[in-house]
Amino acid sequence: MNYTFQWGEAFIEVPYLLGGAWITLHLSFIGFWSGATIGLFGALGKTYGGPVTVKLINWYVIFFTNTPGLVTAFFIFFGLPEFGILLSPYHTILLNIALNSGAYMTEIMRGGFVSVHKTELEAAETMGFTLLQQLRYVIVPHIAKVLFAPLSNWYIWMILGTAMAAIFGVEELTGRVFNRAAETFRSIELYTIAAGMYVAITILASSILVVIGRWAFRVKVKVF
Amino acid sequence: MHHLEVDGLTATYDGKILVLDGVSIQVGKGEIVSVIGPSGSGKSTLLRVIMGLLKPKAGHVKLDGDEVDYGNKKSVKALRDRFSIVFQQFNLFQNMDALRNVTIAPVKIRKRDAQKVEKEAIELLGKVGLGDKLHSYPDELSGGQQQRVAIARALALRPEILLLDEVTSALDPELVNEVLDAIRILAKDGMTMMIVSHEMGFVREISTEVIMMDEGKVIEVGSAEQIFDNPQTSRCQDFVGKILRH
Amino acid sequence: MYEGFLDIFDVFLEQSAEFYVWDNAVYLFRAMMTTLTMTIIGCGLGFIFGMIVVYFRRTPGLMFWPVRMTVIFYVETFRRVPFLVLLFLVMFTVKGFGLDFSLFTIACISIVIISTAFIGEIIRAGLDSVHQTQWDTADAMNFSRLQTLRHVILPQAWKVVLPPAFAFFVMFIKDTALTSQVGVLELTQAGKYYNNLGYSAILSFGTVLVLYFILSYPMTRLGWWMEARLHTRRRDERAEFEVGATAYELRGT
Ligand SMILES: Nc1ncnc2c1ncn2[C@@H]1O[C@H](COP(=O)(O)OP(=O)(O)OP(=O)(O)O)[C@@H](O)[C@H]1O
Ligand SMILES: [Mg+2]
Repeated sequence: MNYTFQWGEAFIEVPYLLGGAWITLHLSFIGFWSGATIGLFGALGKTYGGPVTVKLINWYVIFFTNTPGLVTAFFIFFGLPEFGILLSPYHTILLNIALNSGAYMTEIMRGGFVSVHKTELEAAETMGFTLLQQLRYVIVPHIAKVLFAPLSNWYIWMILGTAMAAIFGVEELTGRVFNRAAETFRSIELYTIAAGMYVAITILASSILVVIGRWAFRVKVKVF
Repeated sequence: MHHLEVDGLTATYDGKILVLDGVSIQVGKGEIVSVIGPSGSGKSTLLRVIMGLLKPKAGHVKLDGDEVDYGNKKSVKALRDRFSIVFQQFNLFQNMDALRNVTIAPVKIRKRDAQKVEKEAIELLGKVGLGDKLHSYPDELSGGQQQRVAIARALALRPEILLLDEVTSALDPELVNEVLDAIRILAKDGMTMMIVSHEMGFVREISTEVIMMDEGKVIEVGSAEQIFDNPQTSRCQDFVGKILRH
Repeated sequence: MYEGFLDIFDVFLEQSAEFYVWDNAVYLFRAMMTTLTMTIIGCGLGFIFGMIVVYFRRTPGLMFWPVRMTVIFYVETFRRVPFLVLLFLVMFTVKGFGLDFSLFTIACISIVIISTAFIGEIIRAGLDSVHQTQWDTADAMNFSRLQTLRHVILPQAWKVVLPPAFAFFVMFIKDTALTSQVGVLELTQAGKYYNNLGYSAILSFGTVLVLYFILSYPMTRLGWWMEARLHTRRRDERAEFEVGATAYELRGT
C-alpha cells in the first residue's frame, strides 16, 4: 500500500462540498418539476390524445428511455451551438434532465391515470357527483396516492443522476469534488466524502418524503 | 405415560398478546383428540407450536415421555419425522403438481425409493379421489381438491401422529364425507390424531376426547358426550349451543 | 437562423460522406461491443454476488448478526451513490494502491459494486414474493434451508426476479456511458473521439445515440415479452422507497 490517507486535508473541504450539495438539491428539484410538467402533459396526451399525438409521445418516450442521458446531453451541449444556440452548461444540463425525466415521468404518470378504474367513477356518478366533484374527491386523490411512491423514488434517483452535470462543469457536489481532487490530490478521501454525502442526502430526502407521504396522502412508505 | 403430552404451552406472535396461554393436552396412542373453539382462539397456533414452527414461550411438549427441545434443531427434526400436519390453508408447493407435492418429501428428504414412493402416492391420491389430477398444479385445483392433495401428502410421510387443521372447511358437502371417510379409515387403523374441526357431528362420532379452547386457554376437556350434551362451563355451553343450533 | 440551418445541412452532408466509411463502422462496432461486454460482465457478476449477499442477509442466528448488518449497510449505501462518483472512487483507489488494472477492469468493478446492491434487492424481493407459508410447510416436512430453496423457493422466485433483473441490465447499458469519463473506449467515448476530430456533434453523437438505441430497444422489447410470458404476480403494495426502483421498472408503452 503506497497511498497515505490524509483525511484532515479532505475534511477541510466539507463546507465547500456542502455548498455543492445544495446546488445538487436545487438542480434535482428544478429538474424534477420540469420533468413532472412534461410528464403530466405527456401522460394526458397519451391517455386522452388522438392517434397522432399518442404516436409522437411514444416516440419521444421510447427515444429518451433507450438512450443514455449523458449522450443526449453531449448532443445538446455540442449540437445546439452548431445551430447558433448558446446555452450555459447549467441550462444545457437542466434542459437535458427535463427532457430525459419527462420521458420517464410520462410513463409513471400514465400508470397513475390508467389506475383510475371506470367502476370507481361509475360509483361516484351514481352517487350524484358532478365532474368537478369527481375530480376533487375521487380522481385526484386516487392518482396522487398511486403516484406518490414511484415519483418519490424517481426524485431520489434524479438526485443521483444530477452528478452527471459535473461533466459539463456545473459545480454541484460532484463538480466541486472534481475541482478539489485536481488541486489537492486527495481524490480517494474526497470521493468517499462525496459518496457519503449522497447517501446522507438521499436518506434525508427519502425520510422527508416518507413523512409527507404519510401525512398528506396516507401512503405507507418506508425509507429502506 | 402419554404418547403426546402438552403441558402449560404458552406462545405469542408479537411478544405481547398470549395467543396460547398455558395449554395442556394429553393424547394417548391411537387416540383422536379434537380441538374446537371460536375463530381466533388459537387452535391453529397450537398445532404450529407443536410442529416447531413457532417457538413456545413457556411450557413443554413430551413425546413418549421425552421432552422436545424446541431450541435444538435435532430434537425438532426428530419430532417432525414422526408428525405430519395438514394446514388449514393447505399450503401446497405452488411449483409442483399434485403427485410431486406428495412424493417430494419422502423421496428427497426421507430418501426412500422413488418408484415405490410414486406408486404409493398414486394410490393415496386415488383414495382421496384425485386419480385423474396427478399432474395438475395447485392453481389448477379447487380448494377441496388442494385440501385432499395436502392430506395425501401428509399421509405419504407415514406419520405416527397426524395433525389436521380444519381439513373440511374448504370442501363442499359431498366431498366432506369423502374426506371424513378417509379419516375414519385412518382412525380404524389406529392412527393417533389431533383434529381441529367445526364438523360437530363428525367430532362427536370420531373423537376419544374433545377439547374446547377460547382466547388461548383450554376451557373444558371431556368426552364428546360430556362436551356436547352436558357442558360444565358457561362459555362452553354458549359456544356449543350456538353451533348445534346451526 | 434559416440560413444557418442550411449551412449546417451542407456541412452535415459533406461530413457524412467522410464519416460513414467502413473503418469508422468497425471502430464504432468495437466500441459498441465494449459497452455491451462490460454491462454483461458487470451485471452477470452482480447477479451472482447479489445471490450471495441475499443468502447472507437471510441467514438467521445471532452469530450472523454482524454479517447481516454488513450486508444491509453495503446494499443501502451503494444504492445511494451515483455511478459516476463510484467510478472515480474505484479508479483513484486502484491507482492509489498501485494496482495495475485496465480502465475496462475498473469500469467492470464499479458496475459489479453497484449492480450487486441493486440486483441483490431485486432477488430479495423475489424471494419475499414467495409466501412464508411455503417455508413453514417445508420446515414441517424437515426440508433443510438449501433443500427448501432448491426445491420450493427458487422455482417460484425466478419468475419474479428475472424481469426486473433484466430491466436493470438494460438500464445499465445506458449508464455505462459514464465510463467514458474515466477513459474507457466505449460507445460514448467513440462519439467524443469523432466530435474532437471535427465531425459535427449532430453527426458523431447522433450516430452514437442511434447505436445505443439499437442496443437497448430490442432488449427492452425482449424484457416486456419476458414479463408478459412469465406474467409475474408483482407485489401490489410496493410502496417502499426502493432507490431507483422506478428507473428499471418502467415497461410497456
Ligand atoms: N402469523 C401471525 N402473526 C400474528 N398474529 C397471528 C398470526 N397468526 C395468527 N395470529 C393471531 O393469533 C390468534 C389465534 O390465531 P389462530 O390462527 O391460532 O386461531 P384459530 O383458532 O385457528 O382460528 P380459526 O378458527 O379462524 O382458524 C388470532 O388472534 C390471530 O389474529
Ligand atoms: Mg385456524
